Amino acid sequence: MSDVAKLLVGSAVERMEDARFLSGSGNFADDLAVEGMLHAAILRSPIAHARIVAIDASAALAMPGIHAVITARDISDTIPIIPLRLAPLPEFEPFRQPVIASDKVRYVGEPIAVVIADSRALAEDALERIGIEFEALSAVTERGASETPLFDFAEDNVALRYDAGFGDADAAFASADYVRTERFSVQRHTALPMETRGLLAEWNSSAGRLVVTGATKVTFYNRRALAQMLGLREDDIDLIEIDVGGGFGVRGEFYPEDFLIPFAARKVARPVKWIEDRREHLMAINHSRDIACELSLACRSDGMMLGLRGQVFADMGAYIRTNGGVVPAKAAQFLPGPYRIPHVSVSVEAFMTSKTPVGTYRGPGRFEANFFRERLIDMAATDLGIDIAEFRRKNLITEQELPYPIDGLVPYEGPTSYDTGDYVEVFERALKEIGWHEKRHLQGKLVDGVRHGIGLGCFVESGGAGPKENAALTLEKDGSLTVAVGSSVLGQGLETVLGQIASDTLSIPFDRIRVLHGSTTLLDEGFGTYHSRAVVMGGSAVLDAAIRLREKILQQASNHLGRPNSELKIINANVVADNGASVSFAALAAGCELQADGTFSNEVRTYSYGTHAAHVTVDPRTGAVKVLDYIAVEDVGRAINPAIVHGQAIGAIVQGLGGVFLDHLIYDDQGQLLNASLADYLVPTASDFPVLRAVTLELRPSPSNPLGAKGAGEGGIVAVAAATANAVAAALAPLNVEIHHLPLTPPRLWRLIKNAHARAITAA
Amino acid sequence: MTSARPVHFTVNGAAATVTVEPRTTLADALRNELRLTGTHLGCEHGVCGACTVIVDGAAVRGCLVLAAQAEGREITTVEGLGSAAHLSALQLAFRKHHALQCGFCTAGILTTAHALLTEEPHADEDRIREVISGNLCRCTGYLPIIAAIMEARIAYRDVQCEAAQ
Amino acid sequence: MKLPPLDYICPATLPEAIAALAVHGGNAKVIAGGQSLMPMLAFRLAAPSVLVDIGRLPDLKSISISAEGIDIGALVTWRDIERDAQLAQAHPLLAAAIAHVAHYQVRNRGTVGGSMAHADPAAEMPGIAVTCDAMLTIVGSTGTRILSANEFLTGGLSTVLGADEILTSIRLPLWKKARRWAFEELARRRGDFALAGVAAFYDIDAQGLAHNAHIGVIGVADRPMRLPGVEAILDGRRIDADVILQAAAVARDAVDPADDIHAEAAYRRDLLGVLLERALARAANITLPEAA
Repeated sequence: MSDVAKLLVGSAVERMEDARFLSGSGNFADDLAVEGMLHAAILRSPIAHARIVAIDASAALAMPGIHAVITARDISDTIPIIPLRLAPLPEFEPFRQPVIASDKVRYVGEPIAVVIADSRALAEDALERIGIEFEALSAVTERGASETPLFDFAEDNVALRYDAGFGDADAAFASADYVRTERFSVQRHTALPMETRGLLAEWNSSAGRLVVTGATKVTFYNRRALAQMLGLREDDIDLIEIDVGGGFGVRGEFYPEDFLIPFAARKVARPVKWIEDRREHLMAINHSRDIACELSLACRSDGMMLGLRGQVFADMGAYIRTNGGVVPAKAAQFLPGPYRIPHVSVSVEAFMTSKTPVGTYRGPGRFEANFFRERLIDMAATDLGIDIAEFRRKNLITEQELPYPIDGLVPYEGPTSYDTGDYVEVFERALKEIGWHEKRHLQGKLVDGVRHGIGLGCFVESGGAGPKENAALTLEKDGSLTVAVGSSVLGQGLETVLGQIASDTLSIPFDRIRVLHGSTTLLDEGFGTYHSRAVVMGGSAVLDAAIRLREKILQQASNHLGRPNSELKIINANVVADNGASVSFAALAAGCELQADGTFSNEVRTYSYGTHAAHVTVDPRTGAVKVLDYIAVEDVGRAINPAIVHGQAIGAIVQGLGGVFLDHLIYDDQGQLLNASLADYLVPTASDFPVLRAVTLELRPSPSNPLGAKGAGEGGIVAVAAATANAVAAALAPLNVEIHHLPLTPPRLWRLIKNAHARAITAA
Repeated sequence: MTSARPVHFTVNGAAATVTVEPRTTLADALRNELRLTGTHLGCEHGVCGACTVIVDGAAVRGCLVLAAQAEGREITTVEGLGSAAHLSALQLAFRKHHALQCGFCTAGILTTAHALLTEEPHADEDRIREVISGNLCRCTGYLPIIAAIMEARIAYRDVQCEAAQ
Repeated sequence: MKLPPLDYICPATLPEAIAALAVHGGNAKVIAGGQSLMPMLAFRLAAPSVLVDIGRLPDLKSISISAEGIDIGALVTWRDIERDAQLAQAHPLLAAAIAHVAHYQVRNRGTVGGSMAHADPAAEMPGIAVTCDAMLTIVGSTGTRILSANEFLTGGLSTVLGADEILTSIRLPLWKKARRWAFEELARRRGDFALAGVAAFYDIDAQGLAHNAHIGVIGVADRPMRLPGVEAILDGRRIDADVILQAAAVARDAVDPADDIHAEAAYRRDLLGVLLERALARAANITLPEAA
């Protein structure tokens, strides 16, 4: 790094994004307005499973201000199919989603028609005038519930089954002193970013070019997919990323609308804007979680874990979208967690239902897997009479055992190993923070009408998915720096973090740096933001470009000053020679183009890790839970901006607590989504979880990237269900209540308490 | 008659007229007619609070008020609180405390907090929490938002003192 | 989620407003704060051809406390109630219940009249009106009528209001000094509609016995209701733990809630009992031995 008074990397720099957001001058999709712009609204299926017999749009088309009603018939004989971006297992291919329903609808919310109108209000008026004749078919809402296959080619509704694992689990179970098997589940819920999706598509017919603004996450991939569907060259399409109101995994995947809106713009030869409304968001954007698991643990009587068997059952909804089988695959992969379990076997069954398709949501599969395993650990420890902390301490992988291979758990991925860390130290830190030794006597105690419980949850979390990321740095004529990166911004403060890296490396003041991101216009290729990879991959690419640009600047300065490189230093956007002569960056950039590309390729995943601990009270008469204290301790390797990392952690904890207590997409047995409004789909508010703490550690940097970062977006959520459900279970243990299923609503906890009470009376 | 007609009000101190259909909400009128796009729509059914604007001193949900109902009223939006170059004490406190991430809910939280602290510069933490529980944020977990508003109180007390003198 | 096409008029006087309603028959809808109506319009669950905004009518915004009772104009907002220290003294049960209504921004616009006319079964204001024997003044083309809250509410989201009628004010009987009271509710989150709620008060005679007990509940039926069976248990008794437990048992049997996505019926029934126990214990200032 260059000589600067104070390095920005590692410090809580105020964000460069904030001034525009705080003053209301951000630029989000719905803020776009261009000359001649029309508005789209989408007619979505009101029933879960039906044949479409006829569509009559004549009345809608006759309304003033309506420009087009587009149905499958208007698109082509073969409706484009959304590709699998991740986990592209061949079994899933036939279950992929067409961009619009033609003969059949398979979930409430599936697009059937697109109305293009002068205003969104008129478009919505027209939706009410489109007549559709359906032939209703029976809905499938749970596993194995129906004889009727949802897809004509399939014999049943199971899309995929596989077995994976390492060691010899059968032998381990056969020889174990102790075995326990339990069934768990996590309810269907979703990320709910505050900004719904939105796109503006502009077709230039004379140039044959399409520009789509409002894209994010994986713009280059989505451009490729869109080009194929529209029969255009990739070069003829640009996807532009602007401000994005939250992603959390769900936003930016290729959805039906990512085809329908550009298609409509080309068809009506006018710019078309579509802003998803909240009601359609809840039925259209990827749902997630919705995993059940039968999990078995084999131990020695002293608590040493010998083997783990897990069967993961995943409700994928009506189609397999871009994320393929990531959610169940990761739920299976992370079942063993940070523990030394020599023999593991997992199986996955992904089945189709008449519900909105499933995709990734922050910590996909991990939130679920950690909940399943950590719950079972508490049950096993209690059975064996071992303290729950001691049980974990005994089984956590030690630093000496790292790197620790966990090969063979995901059929479409190569070998991988937990990289670095001190799992035990972080665990002890969490115990200390929550006050485990002082408070453990409270477990299950009734104090002032409420029962106390303290729960623990340990995790490892992968990040930094490859293969690659690109960046381009340009020293502008005024001496300022433009950073362009293939990573996408989803609202997490990436501009600031990348600016910090560039600032340190080039010794350019932070406020002289502008970060451009995501858009396909910036670079030849980019890979996007998911799997906590933006800093690991994008940051490393920026670092690489900055180092190259630094060399170019020094070379240029050497020519300019007539001194060798070895006598030059960069100080605050000036190059200074040992003899005191200096030249500013602006002067150098005025003389020649100073630009450098950087790249970072890496297939090795990072593994952050940590422990969460929760202290709750449960009112046993109402089932109401209060979270009195919550601590998340995570080693992220390297925190480029501790304030941003801390913000990620706290925000993720609260999202996770929503997943434990509130968030729930509720379907009836007809496949109707019953709570497609924010009045009924509940997420945490400022009053719900006022006491939370996060400790971010930088104990063991990642060896796989020059920054040492491990990704920090998801560690805050992945163990929330584990720790919190364990705390609730501990509180209710004296009432013989066990927790297997989320969400932990007051009525559910009340029911569990009542049932346990009834059992006790019957037994007596 | 459902066709557009003029509505007059004051926005951020300046007189404004919008000609809108009666069904138009105040939030839509501000965004689409006056291009004050800092006010965001997160749900359009009165739950998320992103569209909060201040009408005659009271924070209201812009999606639950018709533009026509704002006839003659004084409206303050986020754009009226401070500019990017001259952030208000409240806005600066948000930046300092990292009280925003994606920035989408931020405008509604700022207007809500501004209305609250203008009336109640001594609001305690519980009161602030209670008030902000009418605004959803999915990024921050709310803690830094509460901290920022707590810190900004002092600036509103100063304003009150000046007004008193 | 744009509103359906509609017309909007904003009459200056009550007779004008009533005339406008009469002209449009059932196709008009009164809007005041709009905090319940606007979401229904956004979901297109209601599609009136015209909105008659009564928000600027004079004389409906006042709170007055007299020997006859406490008169609250239909346009009085939750915020007005919250900030009226005199009212909080004059009717502490009302103030306590209204503290649970919605959120800050909604409280700034939501009105007493709107809440009564919307008639949500879990809403606090109708619950207080029923519990406290409130009388409602309704003005229409054919004149004025005064009804009890119980007569006014006819079911979930339904009232006796005719197409050309406007609820103009609500009168709560004067609150007796030294009255024992409590309000208890449980909602999933602060500001949400309650899963169940209890408003309770009674007076104490010279012998220390309860009389004039009023027990009202919300969220456990299609409208708020009094529980006369529970009141009968309390009247004439010294309120102790035994009486309270007995009252709660009767309360559980007296209601027949429905299952919905937020809770099974049995939960609401039992929760009501728990809330009643807690409300009565608080009103009597005694501590109940906690079971479980």
